[in-house]
Amino acid sequence: MTAARLVEQALSIATLPCVVIVKERTEANLRWANNALTTNGEVRRRTMTVTATAPVDGGRSSGSVTRQVAGPDVVPSIVAAAEQIARSGPAAEDAMPLVSGDAAIGWQDEPQTTSIDILAGLANQLGDAFSRARSQQELLFGYAEHSVTTTYLGVSTGLRRRGVQPTGRLEFNAKTADLSSSAWVGVATRDFTDVDVALRHAELTSRLGWARNKISLAPGRYETLLPPGAVADLMIYLHWTAGARDAEEGQNAFSAGDGKTKIGQRFSELPITVRSDPYFPRLECLPFVESLATGQNVSLAFDGGLDVIGVDWISNGVLNELVRNRGQAARTGLEPTPPADNLIMEGGGTASLDDMIARTERGLLLTCLWYIREVDPERLLLTGLTRDGVYLIEQGEIVGAVNNFRFNESPIELLGRLTEVGAGEQTQCREWSDFVNRTVMPPVRVPDFNMSTVSQAS
Amino acid sequence: MPELDPAFLNLPLPMLADAALTRATELGCDHADVRVERLLDSYRTFHDLHLEASTDYETLGICVRVVHSGVWGFAAGIELTPDAAADLVDRAVATAKVSRPLTPGTIVLSAEPTYPNASWVSSYEINPFDVDDSEKQGRILDLCDRLLSAPGVSHTSAVLWSVQENKYFANLAGTRTTQQRVRLQPQITAVSVGDFGFATMRTIAPPAGRGWEYLIGTGHDFDAEIAQLPEQLAEHVAAPSIEPGAYDLVIDASNLFLTIHESIGHATELDRALGYESAYAGTSFATFDQLDTLHYGSPVMNVTGDRVVDHGLSTIGYDDEGVAAQQFDIIRDGTLVGYQLNREMAAAKGLGRSNGCAFADSPGSIPMQRMPNVSLQPDPAGPSTEELISAVDQGIYIVGDKSWSIDMQRYNFQFTGQRFFRIENGKLAGQVKDVAYQATTTDFWRSLEAVGNPSTYLLGGAFNCGKGQPGQVAPVSHGCPAALFRGVNVLNTQAEGSAS
Repeated sequence: MTAARLVEQALSIATLPCVVIVKERTEANLRWANNALTTNGEVRRRTMTVTATAPVDGGRSSGSVTRQVAGPDVVPSIVAAAEQIARSGPAAEDAMPLVSGDAAIGWQDEPQTTSIDILAGLANQLGDAFSRARSQQELLFGYAEHSVTTTYLGVSTGLRRRGVQPTGRLEFNAKTADLSSSAWVGVATRDFTDVDVALRHAELTSRLGWARNKISLAPGRYETLLPPGAVADLMIYLHWTAGARDAEEGQNAFSAGDGKTKIGQRFSELPITVRSDPYFPRLECLPFVESLATGQNVSLAFDGGLDVIGVDWISNGVLNELVRNRGQAARTGLEPTPPADNLIMEGGGTASLDDMIARTERGLLLTCLWYIREVDPERLLLTGLTRDGVYLIEQGEIVGAVNNFRFNESPIELLGRLTEVGAGEQTQCREWSDFVNRTVMPPVRVPDFNMSTVSQAS
Repeated sequence: MPELDPAFLNLPLPMLADAALTRATELGCDHADVRVERLLDSYRTFHDLHLEASTDYETLGICVRVVHSGVWGFAAGIELTPDAAADLVDRAVATAKVSRPLTPGTIVLSAEPTYPNASWVSSYEINPFDVDDSEKQGRILDLCDRLLSAPGVSHTSAVLWSVQENKYFANLAGTRTTQQRVRLQPQITAVSVGDFGFATMRTIAPPAGRGWEYLIGTGHDFDAEIAQLPEQLAEHVAAPSIEPGAYDLVIDASNLFLTIHESIGHATELDRALGYESAYAGTSFATFDQLDTLHYGSPVMNVTGDRVVDHGLSTIGYDDEGVAAQQFDIIRDGTLVGYQLNREMAAAKGLGRSNGCAFADSPGSIPMQRMPNVSLQPDPAGPSTEELISAVDQGIYIVGDKSWSIDMQRYNFQFTGQRFFRIENGKLAGQVKDVAYQATTTDFWRSLEAVGNPSTYLLGGAFNCGKGQPGQVAPVSHGCPAALFRGVNVLNTQAEGSAS
């Protein structure tokens, strides 16, 4: 039975208002280490999520059940389980009538898929790269993954939506044979036709060349250039914590106290904009809510199928919006602002990272940030490590690689200290690569990045 | 005594295995194993006394892993029919063929006895999936209500996460195992909002390989912990900020378990030491050439790995390569003496039998080397927590875990906690705040002066240890006593970042 018919079957059985989502996902991957393949796989999944809503004491509750669904036999049990959970729960403070609408054109179309074949060309290129690496006394490590998810969403109000999300990434790491130096590049792609392994390998080899001269630096504050991928990891975390409800309750870094938020406050003197847009070219993502929860402590249990629109979270350096579901929007008289599955930061700059290096008298160039964790939610103070290459720039040239550091910084406070923002480019973040694939970020210059201690890791 | 779930046993498990293994033989596979798994996850979150999310997940599927012409191949699907199982073998062999140009060597697995018809069920009393949902939510909301009624508590958030995991495994060698595990993670946070900003304090009850009995009196006293939390939070809010510097630390087991996880557990995974995780989770400073020689910590440091301890989150009967669960030494008298293994690495490094640390988090995941319960052993004749504190002139006593981070070779770490108490002249002198301790792993463990006696021991742990690509999560426990460390670097977190 097709996914769309499974959605209709569930809706026809349901005795309560509900949202039904069927996701058809295919995924292929390759992983390698020490110039050899370590694992591979091809996985096919079809899941159904039924979110039922029920009247309970004090309001409405919701219950959601997700299961693998091979055929129609299991659908009644999924619906029944969701309804049972909904009836047994306490009232949800975000309860709203379900989103209404009509059936979108083509919503019953067949799912799109991927397979291991999409990585066959990459595998051949990797084989060549492994040979080159052996001859250059390098070790290659990395991972390539491609997935295609087709989402079918139906609401008991009549709304029907369908969306296809291809996602791919290459993470490529090279080390010298003695493991004393490491370099990394990440590439986000929709179909791997734009991935050139030889080009990326050459980039890694060049960076390992920079690291032949090793320099020890003490902890301290350094002028630092963060490349787009590192900026993405910081901005993603900032966005994940930008929930309106928590801000209004005084429970996150976007609170201004007394029930107020920091919307309208200036975060940067530079014309920085951080936004999401499901129609942004090359970062296209589903333009409707198809997930029940966000990282911002925002429940979207009642918002399935809601339009996701472009939102400027920070506009010209000023906090402009926070993530808000319809329930919170109704309580506060504001518009709902569900997040999109992409993030774009722009600052009006046109400089490339190379341009910024050339203009640096003395400073550090990072490759990426790693093991980022929250230390103080009140300031959004984060800790983490530099990884796979920290380079010293002197008089506009890279003169060698320095040791790694642990940092402690708040991305909100960093925005206020940036002295330069370069041109945005599509990038693959490192720390959050399992969750976020679609970002455009600029390189940035921080005059005093806080390198708290030295890490011996290489 | 809990029994295997009939709903899982009613699946055509042997028939699926027969179909796949027969096809694997036809295609000339050197090795093949089949897993059919069902994972039930029940996740409830609450904000104050309201429902935030109420979600149940069931993951049911089958996967096949083969070694074909000396190369790994893997495929997974959700259709539980003999034809679909046989088709998975064809797809797994296809992935092996795509991978052939990238595989210079030949995969060899260490020998393991066969277990033709084995079954195993974890140790619990009440399966949480047998308890009415409204009863479970009512218990959590009652605890939240008590917190919200207390002075100084502005909000609460709560999570109740229950898991039932069923695994059926069969391989060409003749092993067939059927297993079931249950685990529970209740977590409640109190939030205080005021002119000072906001502060939070969370329960320190660890997730456990227990059933619903855990929340109603067995293994932890939630009522007592909730009763104390408002006062502890109020003291935290009013506490002075720490002066940074070197301090002697008495670290409670509720905090130390996470430091063990990051600085010992991950550092002694052999796949990391061999570079398999280089591009993602990272490597390890504890390289293989240092086995039996690395001075990891002080002589009072004895660490074991196990998959056998009662209520351990990594505890199981047989791993996902059909290896029987074991206990083994990792660090003995301060020296590295063992690694966590799977069958491929055990064979590749000539270490004999695998110690049973292969795990896949779902039927769609490839088994990889994952952490057993890695535990620091107490000193049977060691001091109590009070006696550890009495040995410190100027120091800090740390309770409960919070923020954590460590580098990709497991050298440099930074941890915070739920509560920090100043120690002055051998006695606690009230809470302090804004504390983070930072160290290099071997420096830290070499500064270990004493471990507490078994009365200070706690089995901590986590549900969500991440590793691998595609990413997998694994539940794991860490037992440890309270312990005394000398001269550890302590930061003031308020002084980090912009504040200088």
